[in-house]
Amino acid sequence: MSGALLSCAGLTVDYALETAGLESMGQRAVDDLSFDIAPGEALGLVGESGCGKTTVALAIMRYLGRNGRISAGTISFEGRDLGQLAPRELRQLRGGRIAMVYQDPHSSLNPVMTIGQQLMEVPLLHRTRRRAAARELAVRALSEVELPDPEGMMARYPHQLSGGQQQRAVIAMALIAEPALLIMDEPTTGLDVTVEASVLALVDRLRRRHGTSVLFISHNLGAVGRLCDRVGVLYAGRLVELGPLSQVFANPRHPYTRGLLACVPSLADERRGRLLTPIAGTLTERARQAIGCAFADRCAHAVEGLCTSQPIALEAIEGEPEHVTRCVLAERLPAFAVEGEKGPASEARPAAEPVTEPLLAARGLGKRYALGGGRGALEALRGIDLDLERGGTLAIVGESGSGKSTFARIVIGLTEASEGELSFKGKDIAHLAIGRRRRDLRQRLQMIFQNPDSTLNPSHSVGYALERTIGRLHGIGRTQSRADARRLLQLVQLPADYAERLPEELSGGQRQRVAIARALAAAPDIVVADEPVSALDVSVHAAIANLLKELQARHALSLVFISHDIALVRYMADHVALFYRGRLVEFGPAEAVFAPPYHPYTQMLLASVPDPSTPGQRAAVREAGTAVSQEIGRGCPFAARCPWRIDRLCDRVDPPVLEPSDSHRIACHLDLIDLPRTIERTA
Amino acid sequence: MLRYTARQLAYMALTLIGVSFAVFVLNEYAPGDVARKLLGAYATQEQVEHLTRELGLDRPVLVRYLEYAGRLLSGDLGQSLTFKVPVAEILWDRLSNTFLLAAVAFAVIVPVAILFGVLAGVREGSLGDHLILIGANFISSLPEFATGVFLASIFAVWLGWLPGTSPMTTGGGWSVAAQLVLPVLVIALYDVGYLIAMVRVSMASVMRQPFVRTAVLKGMSRPKVILRHALRNALIAPFTAILLQVNYLVAGVVVVETVFAYPGFGRMMLQAAMAKDIAVVEAGTLVAVLIAMTTQLLGDLAYRLLDPRIRLGR
Ligand code: SF4
Ligand code: SF4
Repeated sequence: MSGALLSCAGLTVDYALETAGLESMGQRAVDDLSFDIAPGEALGLVGESGCGKTTVALAIMRYLGRNGRISAGTISFEGRDLGQLAPRELRQLRGGRIAMVYQDPHSSLNPVMTIGQQLMEVPLLHRTRRRAAARELAVRALSEVELPDPEGMMARYPHQLSGGQQQRAVIAMALIAEPALLIMDEPTTGLDVTVEASVLALVDRLRRRHGTSVLFISHNLGAVGRLCDRVGVLYAGRLVELGPLSQVFANPRHPYTRGLLACVPSLADERRGRLLTPIAGTLTERARQAIGCAFADRCAHAVEGLCTSQPIALEAIEGEPEHVTRCVLAERLPAFAVEGEKGPASEARPAAEPVTEPLLAARGLGKRYALGGGRGALEALRGIDLDLERGGTLAIVGESGSGKSTFARIVIGLTEASEGELSFKGKDIAHLAIGRRRRDLRQRLQMIFQNPDSTLNPSHSVGYALERTIGRLHGIGRTQSRADARRLLQLVQLPADYAERLPEELSGGQRQRVAIARALAAAPDIVVADEPVSALDVSVHAAIANLLKELQARHALSLVFISHDIALVRYMADHVALFYRGRLVEFGPAEAVFAPPYHPYTQMLLASVPDPSTPGQRAAVREAGTAVSQEIGRGCPFAARCPWRIDRLCDRVDPPVLEPSDSHRIACHLDLIDLPRTIERTA
Repeated sequence: MLRYTARQLAYMALTLIGVSFAVFVLNEYAPGDVARKLLGAYATQEQVEHLTRELGLDRPVLVRYLEYAGRLLSGDLGQSLTFKVPVAEILWDRLSNTFLLAAVAFAVIVPVAILFGVLAGVREGSLGDHLILIGANFISSLPEFATGVFLASIFAVWLGWLPGTSPMTTGGGWSVAAQLVLPVLVIALYDVGYLIAMVRVSMASVMRQPFVRTAVLKGMSRPKVILRHALRNALIAPFTAILLQVNYLVAGVVVVETVFAYPGFGRMMLQAAMAKDIAVVEAGTLVAVLIAMTTQLLGDLAYRLLDPRIRLGR
């Protein structure tokens, strides 16, 4: 394609592994990759971690480090071979014609330089020698990324900005030299969902305004769907599918692409009561070296010999000439439909009904932290009223700083509430820290953390960790506890012989299973899961979510499921509590919370969830104006961002609680009939 | 920042009071009493008691401490027994010698440490890095007296280019500058290896930070990235360690001072301690503590200035 802005042809990247003695050992990160990006086009590259997507970005930037090497293929940009550039030309290209936006804006900005200094460097390198002119460009770029008070921003240091603002500043820095190509590497990972939506919407506006091409790298299909014209799917460094967004999403022809689409919960389709379909297995080293299909050992359709014996070419799909895939059975796969097998949950439990006899009930629960040096107190939680029924799943949804983790910590006893009560089986435990809880109470309440490594000792085998927990809980002998440990591993669908392994020999998803097994060892009544999947790879999300769901149904567990992922919450929960800056803004059965009328915040959250099943949808969301402060003042906590705000009421008076239906509560000053009823538009 | 400084200063003053009291009590009380120490073993008990009364040593500790503190504040540090001059005189004399030595050594050590530390750290794992690291480890493992004697025998005895001792008087025909060369060299050799290692580790970890990649991918040249982005971050961590070297340079270079017969603070303290010259030991200890606390405070303040995350709060 001669009109391409960027063209990768047969790109192959190897990393030398620094294993002593094995000098020649290398790892192929990207294997014979070819794609083009046309001027003004946005191309998405998706895949799990380790699939090579970041390597592609760094190869284009010619920044592979000392171990990385382009061993074959070419990358040409604006007709020039990037491999032939002199150092000077390369510097002119970087930041000038091609700019990059990174994952984790916080660490991508220099902590000891102001935003202004860092921004001005770019025009000073590429556009002008005059500082005043550079400054002007920097201010203009900051206002273009819609940061409030661009002049004031110039003098701020990165740590004084919220995560979303930092990423906007990085985007401003990338766009300031008006590059032809913008490479974004997981730019919204780690940002709150509403912030993610607004950042994506911003990038979309800017790229259309300036005609910038975008290479968008992400594991998040929804985000890719928001922004991109075409999408490529990488697996084990190889491109397995590439085509226009709508064709790939609606008619995926590679089993891996299908797996990726099926393993994320979606708000749009009714999949409650069905299990998500996880992609079996993990990406192995052997897959990278496979002669045939790299995905064969995880593919349900694999045909021995046919798939594994010869290299498989990328071929166009019949009727969709721009849509190519690397699967011998591509044309023979059944039509794609997102549907999981029927889950146990749907039979075990009827749709949520009004909570009758709560197992756990919070009433007016609040927590303040005293600030050092007599600076008063920080209120992390205030006036929380909610219930959890026996065998139910209560999802707690909120952004960072919403108090959702504080709530979890109070339940589990890691911290004490400062006001209100939390009754568990009728007994108030709000002010009982874990050290003062009786052993049987501690057993009844267990927790699963976001990062399984925080609870697993790396130097002890998995089995040992479980046995110790069991022994301590039940005071039983080693042989008995060993048998129990193996039983627990099977319960979380791990082979019993994993008991012998060390945590580091397990994948992240497997370690999280061990952590779940450990929580189950105590036969608890309630398991509090704090973002249990968000540190794991997408393809594992489904498996862990399914596991929790199954275990819960089978053992009549009650689950407190804390998450920022609304789609996953929709999939998991029967009751939902929405926290915003330490306050409960909406609580009720999931059906009611996810159906109109919505609390304005809920509406914004739902509108900001990127959803692969409805590509191209754009959301109108507002981002918190300033760095998130956790001060809870009077009035509605959401007032600063609410499009429906009633001035001089919402920001001053605590909103009343509306009850659109039984046990569904919305805290808002709007009248019931004025509450938002659609999720597409904000007023 | 101001409040912090004020609090630290108050804290310093309290510490000084505590230390001076402890030093006072320790020196004047144990073992044996002052009058006996002054008069020697052959004085009669009567003579001892007389002197005790005369010196007011029979009054309560607190009263005597307050008197002592009062005298200190008015600048009267007492009389030195060994040097037969007022303590203040000998103290300032030796301190100024020491400060000269420390300042020159500091001026040599810091740039060298930063230069080599940065050179090694920017290319972690490269040949240059390995060589610098090995060299740094080697020189800091050499004992000071060994390098001292070794260098003196080459440059003073064998080549005769430099004086073997540094009494800091020009009577021997050597300029003060020439007399400083060997002591500074020995101190620098001993101290710089440690600092190189500190700077190197910090630099290497900064070079792995994503913001360095951001700077490179802005199109900035490597030297500029290092100077503008990496260096300041890399110096934050070793900065305190660098400042703390002042303590070592002032109070810890006894060996070098002894080898070169340098009339410095450390050697004075050693002599005074051996001769039970209480007034000098007391005053010297206080000065050493004061210097240590001042460098600590300066280190803290500079740290805050360098790192906006601390200066401006999170
Ligand atoms: S080639 Fe075979 S193994 Fe590979 S994805 Fe297609 S069906 Fe599965
Ligand atoms: S109370 Fe006011 S600010 Fe809060 S959500 Fe309702 S309308 Fe918006």
